[in-house]
Amino acid sequence: MIFEAIISPEFFNATLRATTPILFAALASAVASKSGITNMALEGIMLFSALFGVIFSAAFQSAWMGLLVTMIIGGFIGFFLAFFVLRLKTDQILAAIAINLIANGATILILLAVSGDRGVSSSIQSLQIPRVAIPVIENIPFLGRVISNQNILTYISLIMVVVVHMFLYKTPLGLRIRAVGENKDAAESVGISSKKVQYISLIISGVLASIGGFFLSGGYLTYFTTGMSAGRGFIALAAASMGGNTPIGAFLVSILFGAAQALANILQLGSWPYELIQMLPYFTTLLGLGIYSYIRMKKRQRLTGK
Amino acid sequence: MSEKVLQMNNIMKIYPNGVVAVEDVTFELEKGEIHALLGENGAGKSTLMKVLFGIESPEQGKIILNGTETTIKSPQDAIKKGIGMVHQHFMLVPSLTVAENIVLGTEPKKSGMFIDMEKAVELSQQIAEKYNFDVDVREKVEELPVGIKQKVEILKALYRGADILILDEPTAVLTPQETDELFIQLKKLREAGHTIIFISHKLDEIKEICDRATIMRNGKSKGTHLVKDISTTQMSRLMVGRDVVLTFDKKPLDLKETVLKVRNLCVAGSTGVKRVNNLSFDLKAGEIFGIAGVEGNGQGHLVEVLTGLSKKYMGEISVFGMEAKKHSIKEIRELGMAHIPEDRMTLGCAKNMNIMDNMFSNQYDNPEYSGKVMLKSKKIEKRVNELIKEYLVKCKSYKQNVGMLSGGNIQKVVVAREFSTNPKIIIANQPTRGIDVGAAAFIRQRIIEFREAGSAIILISADLNEILELSDRLAVIYKGQFAGVFNDVKNVTEGELGEYMLGIKKDDKLEGIIYEQ
Ligand SMILES: Nc1ncnc2c1ncn2[C@@H]1O[C@H](COP(=O)(O)OP(=O)(O)OP(=O)(O)O)[C@@H](O)[C@H]1O
Ligand SMILES: [Mg+2]
Repeated sequence: MIFEAIISPEFFNATLRATTPILFAALASAVASKSGITNMALEGIMLFSALFGVIFSAAFQSAWMGLLVTMIIGGFIGFFLAFFVLRLKTDQILAAIAINLIANGATILILLAVSGDRGVSSSIQSLQIPRVAIPVIENIPFLGRVISNQNILTYISLIMVVVVHMFLYKTPLGLRIRAVGENKDAAESVGISSKKVQYISLIISGVLASIGGFFLSGGYLTYFTTGMSAGRGFIALAAASMGGNTPIGAFLVSILFGAAQALANILQLGSWPYELIQMLPYFTTLLGLGIYSYIRMKKRQRLTGK
Repeated sequence: MSEKVLQMNNIMKIYPNGVVAVEDVTFELEKGEIHALLGENGAGKSTLMKVLFGIESPEQGKIILNGTETTIKSPQDAIKKGIGMVHQHFMLVPSLTVAENIVLGTEPKKSGMFIDMEKAVELSQQIAEKYNFDVDVREKVEELPVGIKQKVEILKALYRGADILILDEPTAVLTPQETDELFIQLKKLREAGHTIIFISHKLDEIKEICDRATIMRNGKSKGTHLVKDISTTQMSRLMVGRDVVLTFDKKPLDLKETVLKVRNLCVAGSTGVKRVNNLSFDLKAGEIFGIAGVEGNGQGHLVEVLTGLSKKYMGEISVFGMEAKKHSIKEIRELGMAHIPEDRMTLGCAKNMNIMDNMFSNQYDNPEYSGKVMLKSKKIEKRVNELIKEYLVKCKSYKQNVGMLSGGNIQKVVVAREFSTNPKIIIANQPTRGIDVGAAAFIRQRIIEFREAGSAIILISADLNEILELSDRLAVIYKGQFAGVFNDVKNVTEGELGEYMLGIKKDDKLEGIIYEQ
């Protein structure tokens, strides 16, 4: 029964859906890493964005306006992280942990203030980005049911893979980001301000992660619940790193994690203990990281003989 | 001549940690000259140039560029004002191509937002051709030998339209042949109206190419002289403040047991080409075995496998009878091998750690300095201070970060560490690169002392003087193979070596390269 479920188009469809938030955050992580900073605050940014998405889409009565405001806030949090790391010289990991902790507490507080509930935002009349069917593709057997009828943000996330790739590898700013991340002194010696480049990278990173966060409550689900980012920011960090911090690599690994999430969702319906199944995505991450490190170790050994 | 393009008047630079690196220095450049800047390690040469290039801001003093007083706020500002700098240590992004490195920061664009890569390649190629630099601009920088990297650095500056070109020890990493080539190019640049500031510790080079020389000592200027009016001895006396002894006494050769045996060694480069091709040689305790050759002929790969940094080789390397492949770097070191790496910044030191940590990184588990749980910090401190004194490392204290030392002093830290363990085999790859005459003489003296004490030394050097002076036996490496062996080094001339180094001559017998079958 499980096997049948896995080879069904619905499973692949669900995989893409579950991949979407991870993918946005993984792209965010890739951009930051390329500039030489680990954006560990992805988790907090996503959580904030999931809440603000609900609040602002309700306030404007427009999902798109809600998304726009959320992206601005996401960019701002990225800027905030950059300010702490680059200006105040805080350790980047500590600054990120602080943001994540604040996100945990602040989202509950804000939710309580806005909706009067400390768990779910169901009393807020929030809006979602809609799903769309794609005319021709829709009719292709199997594939049509996988690809068509996804949320617009899922399509955008796929497009973003290409966009971020082009950005990093084909534009002057992208070249500078990579140069700064690899050899800051070299970049500065030709007059590039490494700080400016890193500020920009973290802001872009924040914006990308916020779209992923928005999707959680404005597409994937239709409401906000506390802690709903559920470690996706960290999973994305792992995905990007395993993908060599390239957009394409991050995409491929994100799909793997998305599939694990989708699988967990299916298995939930079965008779296995809920808690165990909920561990699946995280377990996959751990396993993935393990295999990745092992392969890298082997490769290193091969390169150095033996 | 005599049109002043630059005047730096009464410049003073004090680093935040209180080091007065430059004190009341006045420095003038005339249009179209090659102006040497010389001085001991830590004299303040690089610092003065960093002030000119806008990296450091002076506490005091005026900069007058083409007759008008200016302040140079940043490298970007300096570039805009027609100043280019090639730094003492490479400022390249390894994973990018030569062209990408050259255009970085001023990338040509197409359709408004994308880099025009074809244009970038074309522009880079143009500039390389214009100045006759033989560089493949599509190659990745990480795959280039140092000599080419140096050229890329100069191209970077020229591409940005530098009228005044600062070259901070550009020849330190070059072989005589490459240096000659560079000099031809520098002369062309001079003819084209560029003004060049040339920093070097090699006085012959300064004699050869420079018009005037400004000498610095301890942060102060010791005056500017016409190079043709001043001898190298006078120069070194002005630099050091005393006479430098440049010749050494070597006791007769006393060969002992074989410590290193290499047979049919092949090493492949990243592209699969054989960089070391069927090399065999022996090394005995008590001798200095020199390996001369143009950079990039396999020296780097040879050193990597000899020292255990890489295990990817075919053939045999036996260190005291043990196959190098089967042992870790640490085990090989414990057998008594020391390694002075070619590039001090990548393999030689941890830039953001202090002098003590760097000097001690090879001994942290030596029982003499390491207790059961904690390091014996008092003892370590004492030893490090001794080393600093012995090797004349110019620093405030051992707590200073190595990255803040002058280039030559960083090299001294590396050498002090490697020599401090009383090694049995020393692989010295360019041990005196970037070191002033006084300190270089000291290090050469130490190498001879190790020889006398029965250590075996492999000396790889681009400095033919050094290699001819120190070696007991000498081989020339060309395209990964030995092209010639000289057992009687005293009767070898530089010219003869040069012919083997360039592959004009080749000796197939290689008599004396191995001692026994
Ligand atoms: N960033 C820094 N912070 C503190 N002190 C520094 C810094 N850079 C250099 N110094 C100190 O300033 C002095 C001059 O250094 P500088 O690099 O100018 O010497 P140099 O003449 O270029 O020597 P070398 O021939 O060894 O390259 C040295 O004593 C050095 O330790
Ligand atoms: Mg210097």
